[in-house]
Amino acid sequence: MRVAVTINGRPAVLEAAADEFLADTLRAAGYASVRRGCDTTNCGLCTVWVDGRPVLSCAILTARLEGKAITTIEGVADEAAAFASLLVAEGAEQCGFCSPGFIMTVLAMKRELTNPTDEEIIHYLTGNLCRCTGYMGQLRAVKKYLEVNGG
Amino acid sequence: MFTARELVRPQTVDEAYRILTERPDNVLLGGCAFLRMGARKIATAVDLSRLGLDHIGETAEFIELGAMATFRAVETHPACRDNFRGMLSRAVGNVIGVQFRNLVTVGATVYAKYGFSDLITALLALDTEVALHAAGRMPLADFLDKPPARDILTHIYIKKDGRAAAYQSLRNSASDFPLVNAAVARRDGDWTVVVGARPARAQLARAASQALSGPWPDAATAAALAADELAFGGNVKASAGYRRAMAAVLVRRAVEEVLSCG
Repeated sequence: MRVAVTINGRPAVLEAAADEFLADTLRAAGYASVRRGCDTTNCGLCTVWVDGRPVLSCAILTARLEGKAITTIEGVADEAAAFASLLVAEGAEQCGFCSPGFIMTVLAMKRELTNPTDEEIIHYLTGNLCRCTGYMGQLRAVKKYLEVNGG
Repeated sequence: MFTARELVRPQTVDEAYRILTERPDNVLLGGCAFLRMGARKIATAVDLSRLGLDHIGETAEFIELGAMATFRAVETHPACRDNFRGMLSRAVGNVIGVQFRNLVTVGATVYAKYGFSDLITALLALDTEVALHAAGRMPLADFLDKPPARDILTHIYIKKDGRAAAYQSLRNSASDFPLVNAAVARRDGDWTVVVGARPARAQLARAASQALSGPWPDAATAAALAADELAFGGNVKASAGYRRAMAAVLVRRAVEEVLSCG
């Protein structure tokens, strides 16, 4: 099936089978940041935005996305780099495998929530798993990021 | 992983229903989060996202959930946050993560009658009706008791009758499936006690509800009755005995929460 979308602000036509998930379509199209970390729909690593909302690209069929705006971390590279430097400074970046999905969720949260409390931050980020750390470094980095950049 | 030969996006519910009922291996798509965990071989996958069923509305009488409204929409919509002490929003707010809740839909969850559902437990404690394209509108409790039939659930209606409500669940971790859950609601002197994830689907605890509706509602008595009158089972997540014991705790807490509203 041919599916007309925009990816990171640019019009694109994706070719996908009826049962093909967006994570696979995006990887085949060269968006290497999009990857799976589980097979149970709960690790958050494959997070991208559809019309600005964070979704699991491993669970959404590409064929349903006609006319939608898809954003991967490549489309918010400057913001992602700014936040990633804070993650590194807090020692929260270890193997880095979970980072693309985590960063996409943090940047979505910044757009969606205003002055979130610690509890609201943790709740928003619950769907992103990290197996290296205890999440405290990430929380410090998120709070510093929001202090500097608003949200 | 499931396979599908074809995906269609009908423009009307009539068309979707016609395609659905053409073949037994045609399947409606909700959020796909649960469907993708299985290995169904689907002929035609029917996507309902062009039918305008993703809205949440509120009238003087009802909260109306379109079948394609997502859990995240329920979690954040003022109608769900402001009625029933926010029970509906809180019931769905711990389902996996925000990017998961932006996909899963209320219609698919209720239609599938998932035993592990947080939402069904909460809805069953309220005056909830479901609208099905072919079978029409009926109370949620009646729909849950009906044998499976191929139909399209289009809307969920929740009567805004001002009842005070509380939801409790027990999870191994914040975003895991519930081991057991409970919802309690009170309208005037009438109480409703529901226990779900037993692991079978949510069910009304009639004796507990009746006991609370007497002159001296007592949380401990209701908790014991609910644990005693309902059937519990064991699976990889928890034993039947553990679920029964924890159901009593959750019902007691939920009743106390509602009692604290005055």
